[in-house]
Amino acid sequence: MTDVRDEQVDALLDRVAERPVELDGLRVTDDDDGYALETPDESHDGLSEPELREAVRSDHVVPYITNWYFWEEAIGRRGRHRRAFLRHAEAADEHPVPERYDALRSGLETEWGEVVVTATLGADGHRRYEIRHVDDAGVDHDELDAYHDPLSARELSTYDERGRYRPLRTAPSLVSGWVFPDLDGRDAVETLDTIYPASIANWNLEREGDLDVTHWRETAERQTGIYDVVEELPPDAVDWLAEACCVDSQCLKRREWQYDADHDLEADGGTGAFPCREPCSLVVAAARKWTKLEEEETRTYEFELTPSEKEQIEAIVDAVADDRIDEIREADVYEGANRYRTRFLRAKRFDEAGNLAGVATEPEEGHHDDHGDDGDRDDHGDDGDHDDHSDRDD
Amino acid sequence: MQALVILAHGSHLNPDSSTPTHRHADTIRETGAFDEVKTGFWKEEPSLREVLRTVESDEVYVVPLFISEGYFTEQVIPRELRLSGWDVSEWDSDGLSADTATLVAEDTGQTVHYCGPVGTHEAMTDVLVRRAETVTGDPDVGEGFGFAVVGHGTERNENSAKAIEYHADRVRGMDRFDEVQALYMDEEPEVDDVTDYFGSEDVVVVPLFVADGFHTQEDIPEDMGLTDDYRTGYDVPATVEGHRIWYAGAVGTEGLMADVVLERASDAGADIDAAIATVREATRETQAAGD
Repeated sequence: MTDVRDEQVDALLDRVAERPVELDGLRVTDDDDGYALETPDESHDGLSEPELREAVRSDHVVPYITNWYFWEEAIGRRGRHRRAFLRHAEAADEHPVPERYDALRSGLETEWGEVVVTATLGADGHRRYEIRHVDDAGVDHDELDAYHDPLSARELSTYDERGRYRPLRTAPSLVSGWVFPDLDGRDAVETLDTIYPASIANWNLEREGDLDVTHWRETAERQTGIYDVVEELPPDAVDWLAEACCVDSQCLKRREWQYDADHDLEADGGTGAFPCREPCSLVVAAARKWTKLEEEETRTYEFELTPSEKEQIEAIVDAVADDRIDEIREADVYEGANRYRTRFLRAKRFDEAGNLAGVATEPEEGHHDDHGDDGDRDDHGDDGDHDDHSDRDD
Repeated sequence: MQALVILAHGSHLNPDSSTPTHRHADTIRETGAFDEVKTGFWKEEPSLREVLRTVESDEVYVVPLFISEGYFTEQVIPRELRLSGWDVSEWDSDGLSADTATLVAEDTGQTVHYCGPVGTHEAMTDVLVRRAETVTGDPDVGEGFGFAVVGHGTERNENSAKAIEYHADRVRGMDRFDEVQALYMDEEPEVDDVTDYFGSEDVVVVPLFVADGFHTQEDIPEDMGLTDDYRTGYDVPATVEGHRIWYAGAVGTEGLMADVVLERASDAGADIDAAIATVREATRETQAAGD
């Protein structure tokens, strides 16, 4: 049973001396007739201080007092996004205190991207939070690596299962196998914000009707240096870009930005818990490449392929685009993107210069340019390996 | 409440690019000098565009972990942070003297003390020298040693060379090393010819770069002849044409860099003298490169 500590009651008395206390069904006031105490189920007035101190210790009132103390004194109102998220994690605005306390005793879960946050009731009405990967729901603590410092989440979210760098924190490739078993509210939010930076602030701004969405046009027009060119990406290509990068299979954020305020993109924005308010740096960097590629005119090439070979090429594109390469079994030559089958296609249809069906990319030169356009080096060069002035390249 | 936000370039390709930034933030966080210490990146998350909304404090000290004044510090960062009415003349800088400008972030309403980059702060000279100490494992290194500060070059940003010259001059003024030379990747005097510029047998080479990456891990070691192929590694020191080259890697990875970040914030009015002393003490134990 949750109890109420003297310092919690003292704090309540201090607060009520300043102004009426009002939270989640609890109301305490101090006027000429003495103290008044009100909950949805009972009310007292004309109480002396000792009588108030007695009244707040009744089994029915205690949860209201510890609940008040947790939200107003322990959490406070300073970090408004943090407070909003933690209240969301126990649906505080929807359920009365006694009901919530019952639910918190067995744990209340909130999914946030690929993680799940479980809020439970700690000592004296304090809440404790556990964070783990959704794939690890129901797994014993002992089987997971336990962490206690929110900043440990930085390392956990930097690499995927195969040890590859995750430049996009909201890519659905967060590794599992870890748990933050016992965090306070501040550290819980810090942990989530390390895994999904700025997600809580943007979610709450949206909730408050105050999310500042910057659409594609505006973002593109703002760019300078080597990204200046993205403004020229044709509208159709912006749609393809959104389809390529900003759907649930690639990013857990829900895309709220459109082509501009008057023109929605056709691509589905996704169903993520937290909003994407502006094209991210990955999208802008990719757009730069596509802007350059989209400047090329199409040409007519003539290839001799069997129907199965054409379908195989389509299967290869699909497998790469959907990141299914690892799922295709080594000996499964029924899959178009199977490695042996792809090697057979290459052996049969590529010439020594790597040209499909012996058709040169540049017919007049008769050879294939292995290195692509010069932009490739710039793309790599501007990406941090170079120092701070590198974005002026080009 | 006062917050510190450290801003850096970051990378879509290389996770090591942001490692020093996180480490310096951790060092400063441990001093407790700020209520919050956050990091923001051009190429990583939280983005420059959104980092301020992850900060609860109304008073924010923003320090760019960049080497020189220029495109990033003057255009990109103020624009992405939405610093209202920013004008580079507020810094009234000659390319080396940007210190602080106080502005309001339009979207969050926070007061932002926007600082000059770490690379041009005078305390950076101490970090360069500390790097020489850690790479040689000798806290008194100097006598009998040459010292080279390496920069990218003036090809695209003239202020980049100014920072290199500035610190080379200051190291020279310490009278600690026998010889001091500024060298560049892309212009004369070139780092390729490092041995031509020194009479001393031992030469410490410190690139004035924020993070280790392509230039500091691949280009410069190969250019200096420490190795034919960076993938096979090199010794510290490595012998090149009769000189022992003590190659230090990017100065930005030195623990004492956290001190320069604090100095910038302190110059901008943050009340953190005690933290500066703590960081100076705590980062004294930095391991030598390669350990």
